[in-house]
Amino acid sequence: MNTSLNYAYYPGCSSTGTSIEYDMSSRAVCAALDIKLNDVPDWSCCGSTPAHTVDHSLSSALSARNLNQVASIGMDSCITPCPSCLANLKTATHRMEDEAFRNKVNKLLDKPADTRVSTKSVLQILVEDYGIENIRKKVVRPLKGLVVGAYYGCILNRPAELMQFDDSEHPMAMDNIMEALGATVVPFPLKVECCGASFGIPRKDVVMRLSGKLLDTAHAIGAKALVTACPLCQMNLDMRQNQINHANGSHHNIPIFYFTQLLGLALGLTEKEMGMNKLCVSPRTLLDAMANEETIKEKAA
Amino acid sequence: MKVININSSYNSEFVKEVEEESGQKLNLCYQCGKCTAGCPYTDEYDICVSQIMRLTQAGQKETVLKANSLWLCATCESCTARCPNQIDVARIMDVLRHMARREGYGGTGRVKTFWDSFLSSVKNNGRVFEVGLLVNYISHTGRFWTDIDLGPTMLPKGKIHFKPTEMQGKKEVEKIFMRFKEESAK
Repeated sequence: MNTSLNYAYYPGCSSTGTSIEYDMSSRAVCAALDIKLNDVPDWSCCGSTPAHTVDHSLSSALSARNLNQVASIGMDSCITPCPSCLANLKTATHRMEDEAFRNKVNKLLDKPADTRVSTKSVLQILVEDYGIENIRKKVVRPLKGLVVGAYYGCILNRPAELMQFDDSEHPMAMDNIMEALGATVVPFPLKVECCGASFGIPRKDVVMRLSGKLLDTAHAIGAKALVTACPLCQMNLDMRQNQINHANGSHHNIPIFYFTQLLGLALGLTEKEMGMNKLCVSPRTLLDAMANEETIKEKAA
Repeated sequence: MKVININSSYNSEFVKEVEEESGQKLNLCYQCGKCTAGCPYTDEYDICVSQIMRLTQAGQKETVLKANSLWLCATCESCTARCPNQIDVARIMDVLRHMARREGYGGTGRVKTFWDSFLSSVKNNGRVFEVGLLVNYISHTGRFWTDIDLGPTMLPKGKIHFKPTEMQGKKEVEKIFMRFKEESAK
């Protein structure tokens, strides 16, 4: 096993607020697997969707400031839990290969953009650099009895030429991790369908329809929980689940985990460390039903 | 079906501009409709994405830039991922939005107001300040009831902060926005 995994870590804005449990669990899982994370010093917002809808040079400049911050600590390999940050940081690096575009971006920056930094998702390095088989060996508390579907959202793997990870229509990274953790994985047919993204505030009706469809489908295939890798997907499905039930006359009660939260539990980390109490739809019943403390003791013995 | 006389209304400059800014060849689109078939937002659109593509090919600048669809596309990339001719359709939608902004369209739509509130939060704080963003959005739309029902669930979770996180380089970020404004005015 490669024990020298070492990355710059870009948490993204939502990690300080609505997706704090994703950040907590990502950091704790990496620590448990001896993956060293170096916080990007004084990171700023990547601009997310709103910036690229205004102008591509503005969007890339907001990302490039962060790529420069990564380079400032002598690193060229950055990881982030958030797919929107990921897409912006990767798009900036990719587009700045074009000299004319790079010059345009540099005009907006204090110092010229460092184009050597590459960015990957936390999910990608867990699968490609650490390895699912190595994760499997570290499981001390298998997720026995948990029936889960994996929902990837729209931009984690798209467009394929840019993201260069997994399959853009039928990704399997989280399915495979959940299987390695001992969960029962049900194939989720809408794994790359959009949840409604950032329209929760300006057009809640759209999110009610799109995320409602995801929850209806999860229920229909017998998934007792969904795992996600995106703060916006998780927020729409979890924080807005009650709103969705009200709007659509449904009665869903489906916990929506970040994949890192379940990974951490299986590695023997505590519910508190995984921020399970931060979820809006309580996972209490599901967690109680899963393998109990004895399993840990058995394995430890 | 609406019939357009292309001879009289074809705006070649518009076509050229879209192609240059997006780096895409518009004539590669042969109207298979796959982008529209997979578009999760098409129910909300006034002009579906494949028709946006056709109207753009046909140089119908005003019709395209006035379309509400531009402000309802969430850049989910379904269209780009599935185009059989490898056209980056989502990038074209992005470029059309840029042009629509420059031409003064999309003014008071809620989605655009939300995006603008988001960016003003980034400009002021260096990072997004979620509560500040919501307050700014509400002050521009008057929709004071937005997500008020989530308060009782969210407040005890310790996820809601009433002050932005402090970062040292926020002036650097603000300068990016100011330089962008200056460059755009040139």
